[in-house]
Amino acid sequence: MTIFQTVIGLEVHAQLLTRSKMFCGCATTFGAAPNTQTCPVCQGMPGVLPVVNRRAIEFAVRTALAFDCRINAACRFARKHYYYPDMPKNFQISQYEEPLAEEGHLDIELADGTPRTIGIQRLHLEEDVGKLVHEGTLETAQASLVDFNRAGMPLMETVSKPDIRSPEEASAYLRAFRAVLVYLGVCDGNMEEGSLRCDANVSIRPRGTAELGTKVEIKNLNSFRNVQRALEYEVKRQADALSRGERIVQETRLWDADRGHTRSMRSKEYAHDYRYFPEPDLTPLALDARWIDEIRASLPELPRARRRRFVSQYQLPAYDADQLTQSRALAEYFEAAVTAGASPKATANWTMSELLREIAADDEDAIRRSPVSPANLAGLLRLMDEGTISGKIAKDVFGKMVQTGDTAQAIVEREGLTQVADAGAIRAIVDDVIARNPKAVADFKNGNAKAAGALVGQVMKATQGKANPALANQLVQEKLTKM
Amino acid sequence: MITRQDVEHVARLARLHLSDDEKERMRVQLDAILAYIDKLTALDIEGVEPTSHAVPLLNVMRDDEPAPSMPQGDALANAPDRAGEFFRVPRIIED
Amino acid sequence: MPTALTALTIHELTERYRRGDVKPSDVADAYLSRIERLDGDVGAYLAVTHDRARAAARAADERYRAGRPLGPLDGAPVSIKDVFCTRGVPTTCGSKILEGFVPPYDATVVARLEAAGAVMLGKTNMDEFAMGSSTEHSAYKLTRNPWDLSRVPGGSSGGSAAAVAGELGLAALGTDTGGSIRQPGAFCGVVGLKPTYGRVSRYGVIAFASSLDHPGPLTRDVRDCALVLRAIAGVDPHDATSVDEPVPDYAALLDQGVRGLRLGVPREYFAEGLDPEIERAVRAAIERLRDLGATLEDVSLPTTDYGLAVYYIVAPAEASSNLARYDGVKYGLRAPGGKDLIDMESRTRAAGFGAEVKRRIMLGTYALSAGYYDAYYGRAQKVRTLVKRDFEAAFARVDLLLAPTTPSVAFKHGEKEDPLAMYLNDVYTVGGDLAGLPAISVRCGFSSNGLPIGLQIIGRPFDEARVLRTAYSYEQATDWLARRPELA
Ligand SMILES: [Mg+2]
Ligand SMILES: [Zn+2]
Repeated sequence: MTIFQTVIGLEVHAQLLTRSKMFCGCATTFGAAPNTQTCPVCQGMPGVLPVVNRRAIEFAVRTALAFDCRINAACRFARKHYYYPDMPKNFQISQYEEPLAEEGHLDIELADGTPRTIGIQRLHLEEDVGKLVHEGTLETAQASLVDFNRAGMPLMETVSKPDIRSPEEASAYLRAFRAVLVYLGVCDGNMEEGSLRCDANVSIRPRGTAELGTKVEIKNLNSFRNVQRALEYEVKRQADALSRGERIVQETRLWDADRGHTRSMRSKEYAHDYRYFPEPDLTPLALDARWIDEIRASLPELPRARRRRFVSQYQLPAYDADQLTQSRALAEYFEAAVTAGASPKATANWTMSELLREIAADDEDAIRRSPVSPANLAGLLRLMDEGTISGKIAKDVFGKMVQTGDTAQAIVEREGLTQVADAGAIRAIVDDVIARNPKAVADFKNGNAKAAGALVGQVMKATQGKANPALANQLVQEKLTKM
Repeated sequence: MITRQDVEHVARLARLHLSDDEKERMRVQLDAILAYIDKLTALDIEGVEPTSHAVPLLNVMRDDEPAPSMPQGDALANAPDRAGEFFRVPRIIED
Repeated sequence: MPTALTALTIHELTERYRRGDVKPSDVADAYLSRIERLDGDVGAYLAVTHDRARAAARAADERYRAGRPLGPLDGAPVSIKDVFCTRGVPTTCGSKILEGFVPPYDATVVARLEAAGAVMLGKTNMDEFAMGSSTEHSAYKLTRNPWDLSRVPGGSSGGSAAAVAGELGLAALGTDTGGSIRQPGAFCGVVGLKPTYGRVSRYGVIAFASSLDHPGPLTRDVRDCALVLRAIAGVDPHDATSVDEPVPDYAALLDQGVRGLRLGVPREYFAEGLDPEIERAVRAAIERLRDLGATLEDVSLPTTDYGLAVYYIVAPAEASSNLARYDGVKYGLRAPGGKDLIDMESRTRAAGFGAEVKRRIMLGTYALSAGYYDAYYGRAQKVRTLVKRDFEAAFARVDLLLAPTTPSVAFKHGEKEDPLAMYLNDVYTVGGDLAGLPAISVRCGFSSNGLPIGLQIIGRPFDEARVLRTAYSYEQATDWLARRPELA
């Protein structure tokens, strides 16, 4: 049987976090009522002209620098022509022969730690189209409805080289890509709302051959999971077809997440005669080297560098560093807590388990607005460290901190949760517990060491968890050996 | 030489419905115009940069400042067909 | 006999407004009633905006009464080519496909004119989407040349030129893509100025060919032209291709004369195909300017012969793109009976566009399509560079170029059926558009059958001041403006 090698290239469209659209002043707020966020420009009315949003250019440069791309000395917008009713001018202002940046790379790590470098072919800017709502499904609808709110939103298109070798790698690439964009603050990375959209080019070839197989474009990969599932399906579909002696048709296929398959979109070749030509309503751009340097100087530490630093500076296990740096807000949260005096490993544990139980890891805003501030988490860990509260109590306190936003100190004082570390007080309880549990005592005497644990548990229960566990254990042991 | 197929292909790209008579007239006229335009091949353009604007400008950009959008009523006022808050178009069949 | 109000220029009128001899409302009414009476014959207007005109005129009355006019255009009636978007006023661009379209915004130049106190009388007829040289390609009506109603006014700004010539308007806005201000200016014997590309904002000007479209004024005399240009010129944040160059007070610079100016006479503009009567009139005008103190020099623009070929690739290519938006989805016409979206769009475009527009859409689409780009659009833009270099070389030696505006005088309706024959009308004007240079057409005589002849003066980029001042010197030294067309 032939062994195939998979060749994948990803094309990612990211909606930029500008305040206004790419070529007009309309706001970019998500979720407005249909056709309330348009103006003559983004509605493509007769006589209107586009004007480039400087911040969109800045965001693209920022991203290009993060991917180590070459920023082209001159770049230009071009018109891409095709008819679709969600595209007001029936052409899209995009970039063609002179994109903003080319030739970069994104370094990723697979789940088993294998490092991979994925080349980035080009990065350019363009405008988004509006939204179509079909009365029924696309196939059965007698009419479709158009909302132009999204038309003209700034999109950054990044095309990877065909360097990706498996669906799993594709998913890892997309995750790393998203993390970089979010770190840079240029995109919110929200795939559900369509801020990040992914298409893939997939082909397979017999292992060892250099020539690329016929590629198929897969559209509508709107989550990390779908990227992997769709590509797994498609790779298998192509391998099966080739094994049966069939040929792969160059085409565009749509991923149907509900049915778990890709299906062909009817589309003849002539539809792809885009008739690009330089956009005559815009001037070419020759970006000032000083401006680019300024943007370079303002780049934040990127996920990969930060992950390495977390390992070396805080002696965190690679897994922890990886988890904590997936989101910029989370990494910043962690560092702020450590800066406030908490131990790195404990902070890492508490951030990953307790904080992420309350807040989704990719919800940057929610992490920044967390009711438990990094300083308050550090305060909680300090109380635990000092023995004022036990680990168990600390978890309860954390829950209360989430609800109230109060400091751990305030909650512990208010609720009298201070750990009992007074040997005399605990000894009385130990005596009482031992007196009431002769069976456990007998078991211990008969060589069942575990029975001591049950007694310690009783002591903890009797103190509502406030007894210092180590002290309770020590006193139980002492008492039992004396008996 | 422009063929009838060329005319049909271009008409499809341009979303223009042409009658048979129009196609033939278009073919003859485009052919004549393109024959005239062929005189450009007499010039040596080796190494000449294209001019896309007579007055060269660079880097004209605007600040990222939101401006008010149109009220929905204005946005939809010219619609040939609408359904509530949307523009309405006949069913879409991919070509 | 007192001069009729409609015979006065802007500068003559506003002087009377200031003196209180007459008020803007009287003048607006005089024009509106003259339009009422005579535009049936001329057909200059697609729409007359009575209410907007009267309201604006009354507001101007008030300002003069209070002694606080807005400036030299306050209370001046203007006519706007229907290529300019006007808020709340139907704007068709001479096309069926925009029937019923009411823009929610004003073109920048319209807003600037109104802010300067100008009184909009209405929207003028034009060749559909400004594609044509006779205004016969309007989907709505025929416009007649006031000098001879059996003849065309030129185009595409034919309605604007006819309005100014026939005293149905005082000053007008037009657009020039291949000659569409200067050619009708010459045919109708009015002043037509195409400013430098980027001098005047294109925002709100319905696009024909974006890199070639130049909005500009048509007026009775050169001083009016200077006044209108000053009001509309200047950088516009809504037009990224508008240029941030200071706008001089052109009218104040008119009196400097031509002494010492070096005027170039391009030999290719006096070649075969030029009507001998026009050649005689233009050469006489050139001699007149020499008498006034300018020096003359023969120059050559070797690529002149290629200008039209470049133009008929670049303009249709850009037009095919700009006109893609007219699909029956958002505004304007939607043809009935489309069984699906593509069918609806194809029928709408078939029903909404006229033959000339369809021809250019087809030509432009072809020139951009896969496999032909380099041979047509790419090559044309390179030849455009050569055309521009010719002008640069000439302007290294001379300050201005003098030439005829058109190879013939106004022709009869229906005379030029063949598209190529019609295109040849632009042979002396396209160069200025391709190179983006300021160029004016002024009256320099009449043919034996009484039709006006235009002298074209072309300047360096942003040198409108010198173009205007030379035109003004010539106008002052001759009395061609004394002759007026007779309308019933
Ligand atoms: Mg794209
Ligand atoms: Zn907008």
